[in-house]
Parts: sequence; C-alpha cells; structure tokens
Amino acid sequence: MKNKYLSWTLFTLLLLLLFVGAALLSLTTGEAAIGLGDLLPVWQDGEQMEHFILTRIRLPRIVLAMAVGGSLSLSGAILQGIFRNPLVEPYTLGISGGAALGVALIIVTGLHLSVGAFMLPLSGFSGAAIVIVLVGLLGFLRGGTDVNKMLLIGVMISFVASSAMMFLMAVTTSENIHGIVFWIMGSLDEPNPLLIKITLYTALSGLLLSYLFARPLNALLLGQEKAAYLGINSKTTIRLLFLLASLLTGICVAVAGVIGFVGLVIPHLIRLLAGSDYRFLLVGSFLGGGIFLVLSDVVARTLIAPNELPIGVITGIAGGILFIIVLNKNRNRRRHAQ
Amino acid sequence: MPSNYLQIKDLSCGYGSDFNLRPITVGLRRGALAGIIGPNGSGKTTLFKGISGQLPLKSGSVWLNNCNLQSLKLRQKAQRIAVVSQFVDAAEISVEDYVLLGRLPYRAPFQFFEPQPDVLLARKYMRLTGIWKHRKKYLSQLSGGEQQLAAIAQALTQEPELLLLDEPTSHLDITHQVQVLNLIQRLNKELKLTVLMIIHDLNLAAEYCDFLLMMKQGDIHSCGTPQEVLTYDRIEQVYNTVVVTQTNPLSGKPAVFLVSENILNDIKARYGKIKR
Repeated sequence: MKNKYLSWTLFTLLLLLLFVGAALLSLTTGEAAIGLGDLLPVWQDGEQMEHFILTRIRLPRIVLAMAVGGSLSLSGAILQGIFRNPLVEPYTLGISGGAALGVALIIVTGLHLSVGAFMLPLSGFSGAAIVIVLVGLLGFLRGGTDVNKMLLIGVMISFVASSAMMFLMAVTTSENIHGIVFWIMGSLDEPNPLLIKITLYTALSGLLLSYLFARPLNALLLGQEKAAYLGINSKTTIRLLFLLASLLTGICVAVAGVIGFVGLVIPHLIRLLAGSDYRFLLVGSFLGGGIFLVLSDVVARTLIAPNELPIGVITGIAGGILFIIVLNKNRNRRRHAQ
Repeated sequence: MPSNYLQIKDLSCGYGSDFNLRPITVGLRRGALAGIIGPNGSGKTTLFKGISGQLPLKSGSVWLNNCNLQSLKLRQKAQRIAVVSQFVDAAEISVEDYVLLGRLPYRAPFQFFEPQPDVLLARKYMRLTGIWKHRKKYLSQLSGGEQQLAAIAQALTQEPELLLLDEPTSHLDITHQVQVLNLIQRLNKELKLTVLMIIHDLNLAAEYCDFLLMMKQGDIHSCGTPQEVLTYDRIEQVYNTVVVTQTNPLSGKPAVFLVSENILNDIKARYGKIKR
C-alpha cells in the first residue's frame, strides 16, 4: 500500500516536471527567438517587444492549453468510468456537435461581426448546454440511469447536429464555410484574457470536485449493481459526474473549438502506465492532458512556421501513434509477467 | 435458536406486472447457512434482489437483527449485508485493490488513503480465502473460481452480518465448487456469519446448507432442513422431473439422482409403471 502512494507521488512530481519543461519549451519556441537564458530578463523588462510576446501571446496559450487539455482529459477519464466504456470521450455525447452547430449558426448569420466576437464562445457554450440538458433529461427520464441509453442518445444528437451543420454549410458562402471549418478544427489562439481565466478556474475547480468522487468512481468500475452493494448511490453519482464532465467539455469547446483525441487517449495512457485507480487517474489525466496539449501546440506552431497548423491535426496524429506504441509495449510486458 | 435473525415479512417484489412474488414470510436463525433452490423462473433471484435491496419492495419488509433494512441508507446497509453476484465483473483492477473496496461503506467521502486497520483486514481475508498469492494480479487475469474467491474476500472485508451469494458455484468445476462451498461453510462456522445463497445444484444444496427454501412459481413451496425439503415427491412437484433420492452414506444428507428417459421407458415396459 505504501508503495502505491509513493509511486503516485513520484508520478505526479514527474508529470509536474514534464509540465514545467513543456511550458519552458513553449515559451522559448516561436518566430521571435527568446532563449532559455533570456526568459527572466525579458520577463522583467516591460519595454521590449519580446516581453509583450512572452506575456501576452505565449503565456496565455500555455495556460489555455493546460486548462483545456486538463479538462478534456479529466472529463474523458470520468466519462469512461461512468459509462464503463473505453471508447467514450468527451465529444461522444454530442457536446461538441451542439457547440459546433451553435457557432456555425452565428457565423452563418454574421452575428459575430455585428454584435461582437464574444458571440462565438457564447453560442458554442449555449449549443453545448442545450445538448447536455437534452441528453441528461432523456437519459435520466423516469428516474433511471441507463448509461447505454444515454450514450446512444448522445451519439444520435451528435449526428443530428452534424447534419444540421452540413446543411448550414451547404447554403452559406465559402468564406463562412472557411470560418466554420477553422473553428471546428480547434485553436488555442484566444485573445480574450477573461475567457482564459474562466477556463482555467473551471478546470481547476473541476479537478477538485472530481476528487469528491474518486472512490465512487473506483466502485463504479465494478458496475452499478456492485457499487450499490458497496454503499454507493450510483444514480446520483453518475448524474453529478455527467454534469461535471459535460460542463468542463462545454466550456473547453466553446473557448478552443473541437480539439479531438486528448480526452480519449490521455486517460488510457495514464491508466496503462499507472493503473486504473481513480485516486491517481484523475490528477494524472489532468496533468497528462495539459502537457500533451502544450507540446502539441508547440508542434502546431513550428511545423509550417510562420503559418500555424490546426492543433486538432497534431493531437490526432501524435495521440494515436503514441497510444498504439504504449499499448503494444504494455501488452508485451504483461505477457512476459504471466 | 429462534428463527428471527433475518425476518422476511410478507415480502413481495417483481418486475412491473410481468412477474411478482407472492407475499413471502420466512425467518432465518443467526448463523444459518441457508440455500434458495427452485427451477428457473421460480423467483429465486427476485427474492434475492428483494432482500439485497436491488429491487424495490412492493409490499412487506425485511428485518435483520431487529432492524428494518428499508430504513437504512445504502451505506449503512452495505455495512451489514454483503452480496456476491453470480458473475464477477472482471475489471482491470488489482485483486488487492478490489478486496479493499469492501471497506468503502466505512469511508468518509474525502478520506483519501486506506487506514492501516483496513489494509490488515483485507490482508486477513485474502489469506483466509486463499487468494493472497494473486493479490498483485489483475482481477481479469484470474480464473473464474479465483474471481469468485476474490469476490468473497471483498464481501468479508465489508464485515457484514449477512452474506448473500447468487449461485456462487454455477460455472465452476467440482474442485472449485467444493473449494468455494467449503470456504463458505468454514466462514459460517468460524465467523458465525449468517449466509443465504441461491444454489442450483440440489446435491450441493443438500450437502452444505442447514436450511433450504424451495421456490415454485413465485412462492415458497417448502422450507426446512434438507431432509425435510428434498424428498422425491416434493422435488417432482416443483421441478416436474422424475428423481430418485437416497442418503449420502458419509454425510447422511439426501442425494438426488436424475433418471434418463430411456431408463424410465425400460422400467415402464418391464413393470407397467414406476413403483416407489
């Protein structure tokens, strides 16, 4: 038992170290060359152009990447737990579809130009919220918590939303299509510091709140029935966790678009490396997701510099390959152990 | 000893209007090792779920040690009753962690680490059930019999007053059947644990249980000691199957033999009808 806690602590410290490393890498990478040694002087010197780049452009991106990556990954870990399905990710339930539809509506009607750019995240979040309420109401109807039914409802809502969006794209101008596609692919380029702050605080409080449910999540690994025999009110737990995970996802999607794969791959990676005990999995996924997104962002910014690749491209390719490698390694190790 | 440790009073539950138990009243003494037997669809599992709280009751009540189970919260109930299901959901969790989850009903929400007494308790029951050597393995890496033992270890770690088991031996070979049932018998004797289990195999039920409930069509057909319940005429009434009963020469418990149709036809041809 002591060994377990020790390895969790070491693992957390390692992830924190990796995060600091990733953040430093991200701070020093970019068009304007700022070396590792220059970081401190530039930071203190408010006059320089580099100071502006560092504090206004690169740092907010890192904070946002951490918050979004952490939230998505955390919510993936939670949803995979309550649905007891390894293929579930934050977007499976149609939250991204709803958000994308909301944003597409605003872009097509041009409201973001006439009313203000804040309309985009606002409508994205509204779209996500509508889907959350729909899935929640339909899934929890008549007092049940049939998670498979919820899952199917979510997938169906996702299809409906994406079809509706395709309809919008078919009838609008190519300029608008470009805007919609760009938003869907996801970006960490968020000029509004208030939104970044909101995302960060939600992410951190989400992580804290999720720890209220670390043990119930462990019990739910054994199924709702067994969890009930262990004294866990699975219905309430599942509902609250669904709400928490969806809200986290909704805010991420509204601010940064649809950044895929983080919420699917990172929880699995952490599980393979450190086991499926939620007492570590929650914080591990959060940190892992943050690191992964910060690094992906560095790659997305440098690969075809001065242009920027959509970050979803990088997370998809890198995440998928990384996952297959770790999965194979782990299989081999386990086969040897037997 | 009085049979009022576990009291089932006019209990009825079921699935909508499809299947419901007749109101059932029965009692178990403290330290009983009781079995529920009966054909498929006779309501064994329904009764079991009514007692465990998995199904809401339509009427009646269940009392354990003079305490109405319906008045308890899930957590309090889990401190008194442990349930071992028929199939263990083989999750990717180490046996040690799995067994320790049995202490969950005793935890406060934010209690993050296992207290040392809990760890010792889990260790004790892993040793007792013989799965100590597998403690580092994943549950999914164990055989069916070992998973069943792990589930029993977890249930014991809950330190319950009543242990409910749903067909603990149904998919095991005879080695593991006897191993699991011997363990249950030992727990019953040494820990004074009251045990109620659904069991399909009539011979095992006769050999191990000291009290049997035989169900038929949602009602209790008969209950009592194995000798009282497992007579050929009662079994034939309940199961609609011709059987022969004898006494196990070593244990003195009833043993039930099945007879194939060919043999029955032979006997009918020779004697005209089956004589008892």
